[in-house]
Amino acid sequence: MRRFKDRLALWLGALSAMLAMIPLISILYEAVKNGASTLNVDFLTASPGVIGQPGGGIGPAIQGTLVLVGLTVIIGVPLGVLSGIYLSEFGDNPIGRVIRFLNDVLAEFPSVVIGVVIFTLVVLTLRSFSVIAGAFALSIIMLPIVTRSTEESLKLVPNSIRDASMALGIRKWRTTLSVVLATAKSGVVTGILLAIARVAGETAPLVFTILGSQYFFSSLNTTMDALPLRIYRLALLPYPYAQAQGWGAALVLILMVLVINIGVRLATRGRLYSTRSRA
Amino acid sequence: MVLVRGAFPALTKFGVSFLTGTNWDAATGFGALPYILGTLVTALIAIMIGVPISLGIAIFLAEMAPDVIRVVVSNIVELLAAVPSIIYGLWGLYVLRIWVANYVQSPVQNSFGFLPIFSGTSYGLNFLTAGLILAIMIIPTIASISTEVMASVPTSQREAAYSVGATRWEVVRMSVLSYSRSGIFGATILGLGRAVGETMAVTLVIGGATGASALPTSLFKPGQTMTTILVNQLSEAESGSLQLAALLGIGLVLFAIAFAINVVAQLLVWRVLKVQAGAIE
Amino acid sequence: MTLDLQTEEKQPLSRDEVLQPLRTLENSKVRTEDLDAWYGNNQVLKKLNIEAREHSVTAIIGPSGCGKSTFIRCLNRMHELVPRAKISGRVILDGSDIYAKGVDPVTIRRRVGMVFQKPNPFPTMSVYDNVAAGLRLNGERNHSVLDRAVQQSLELAFLWDEVKGDLDKSGASLSGGQQQRLCIARALAVEPEVILMDEPCSALDPTATAKIEELIASIKGNYTVVIVTHNMQQAARVSDFTAFLYLGQLIEYGETTSLFENPVEELTERYLTGKFG
Repeated sequence: MRRFKDRLALWLGALSAMLAMIPLISILYEAVKNGASTLNVDFLTASPGVIGQPGGGIGPAIQGTLVLVGLTVIIGVPLGVLSGIYLSEFGDNPIGRVIRFLNDVLAEFPSVVIGVVIFTLVVLTLRSFSVIAGAFALSIIMLPIVTRSTEESLKLVPNSIRDASMALGIRKWRTTLSVVLATAKSGVVTGILLAIARVAGETAPLVFTILGSQYFFSSLNTTMDALPLRIYRLALLPYPYAQAQGWGAALVLILMVLVINIGVRLATRGRLYSTRSRA
Repeated sequence: MVLVRGAFPALTKFGVSFLTGTNWDAATGFGALPYILGTLVTALIAIMIGVPISLGIAIFLAEMAPDVIRVVVSNIVELLAAVPSIIYGLWGLYVLRIWVANYVQSPVQNSFGFLPIFSGTSYGLNFLTAGLILAIMIIPTIASISTEVMASVPTSQREAAYSVGATRWEVVRMSVLSYSRSGIFGATILGLGRAVGETMAVTLVIGGATGASALPTSLFKPGQTMTTILVNQLSEAESGSLQLAALLGIGLVLFAIAFAINVVAQLLVWRVLKVQAGAIE
Repeated sequence: MTLDLQTEEKQPLSRDEVLQPLRTLENSKVRTEDLDAWYGNNQVLKKLNIEAREHSVTAIIGPSGCGKSTFIRCLNRMHELVPRAKISGRVILDGSDIYAKGVDPVTIRRRVGMVFQKPNPFPTMSVYDNVAAGLRLNGERNHSVLDRAVQQSLELAFLWDEVKGDLDKSGASLSGGQQQRLCIARALAVEPEVILMDEPCSALDPTATAKIEELIASIKGNYTVVIVTHNMQQAARVSDFTAFLYLGQLIEYGETTSLFENPVEELTERYLTGKFG
């Protein structure tokens, strides 16, 4: 009887694991099946067509995502890396603990709420939807991820390295930048890449900030399109062409995100540092 | 680390009736109750389905799986977490809901359709599908933290159980699970936080009802949650209007709930991981 | 700080003289005056008065935990980098107290270099960059100056012949003994006056150890070396003067040969003959 329960537990465990894998496989399968047929240069570069008629593409959406990610990186990465450095090298005190705690809380925050906050702060005050609002929202989402992974990478650098550098008569800030950070570089870059993968897929905050549009990027304070947003709009349309396009765009997005994630995993395989995405 | 309290407090002027009312139009006022309940119900479904599966996975990975399988499965689980929610939404809209409509809703309604909890026609766009998709999305979170918590149980505990002749499952039950209980609880809360805050995937499969008809009285009814109403209406609400104020009020409630859940979860997980790391020393 | 010029004593120091604060001798390079050190509330060093003479090797021996490492870390102001570490007393380098108000610890660390127990080359840097690190990170940009410094330091460290063919090789790809010599070269490159070594050979095999002892003998003519070692035979081989520490206190100090052959203190004799430690 006991043997039986043991066996049962094993099979139940295996079953759960398999259940969990089904959605991923199904998603990939559907994306390829439905979306692959739409992929061609035209689709990737053209503007959306008239609603209701087949044709058109997701060019602005792709460009929009690239622009947004670029802006977000410019705003979020320096701040995140500096915070991570502060927490790791100088943060062993009550203030540091509070910051770290708040940072962790922010990391798990629903992106929609962040979108709403930026909506009230930026969109309402400026009376228009804008790219810059979207970039702000995404950087708030990116910030805690980069901070946390930077701090963890820096903490992995053994103290003997810091000692060696200080003993040579190198100042602390120089030690931190040129020696400790250089040693932890790959971990920091990994964290940034994963954060990019994460924000590239965010939709909710974009709905309230950049709103989405049919046109290519024009200026920082008007609306713009982005991949996840386009997928959302396409999903709401009842036409079959929209369905196919939606999957096509989804395929592009999935490929982007998975390539970054798998790439990062392969590159850090065998190292002590494990990237756990507590998304 | 910058907690910006939005300016919305100034914009809500309803009082308690805001939270308990169920109407949603410019004439009779805006009540948020259906959406609050919607969030609760979907989150509950997600937890009820997601936690057992996550535990199964965690036990499997931490205790039972051979190395190769463990690496493959845990990688896939973590990749699940990386998939953007809009894509889950798309999949849910085209795949999952058809499955729910055909394999769950129809058979259940054929047999038990007289029960109010199973009433309604929805073609799969309903609370159940929403809860289901949330479950899938929170599994990676709960599973990975639970695995970590279980793996940090000191080997001496397991050895003690093995040495009195327990089978593998009994070892897990006796030593590992009881030790990990609060950590797993923390992971569940974290998953709950994620379920409450999840937006896009839910929006696409829940059906988008408003007002009193959005009350979650049945699994197979279309509905609405706090997050989905925001996505559906916020960008179109007129500036300065009552509707906008109401929506922002919902945003505030969501903010407060999310903050509270996340703080509690963080505290739990932190404490547990620290305590267990100390126990190993 | 006034210098008290005295001629060197020729006889072995008597017990009283050992336990008195040492008066400055002509060729004293660095010495401590009533040095106390704490980690938090735990006092690790008690009223130490030790000196290291210029162009000589001074060994610090004693059983584990007696404070040897803490002691030399006080000589280059590394001790204070540990949280809750405290120090009192004076450390006189060339006549001035390195702990005096207004003294910049960074300049002290350039004059007093350090080599650690476990070799710690900078992992992401090449051999060349490791040796040049001290100079570069303090602002030196001139390539020929750096090239020359790297070559000289590697030669002094008996490593030049082995790496000259491939200076761009990663520092971490060398063997243990080579890595330690790399660390020595790195310390020498900033042209310190004193070199502190904290059990530099304890992680190395006998061949590598021998090479480093040879190295020490060859550089002592131009530097002052203070070496901590738990290996008495090494102290006997390598040093000119030896200080025996026990539980944070100086038990005996003297010329190595006389201390090893005729220890004055009974405790010293028991340690040297292996009765404890």
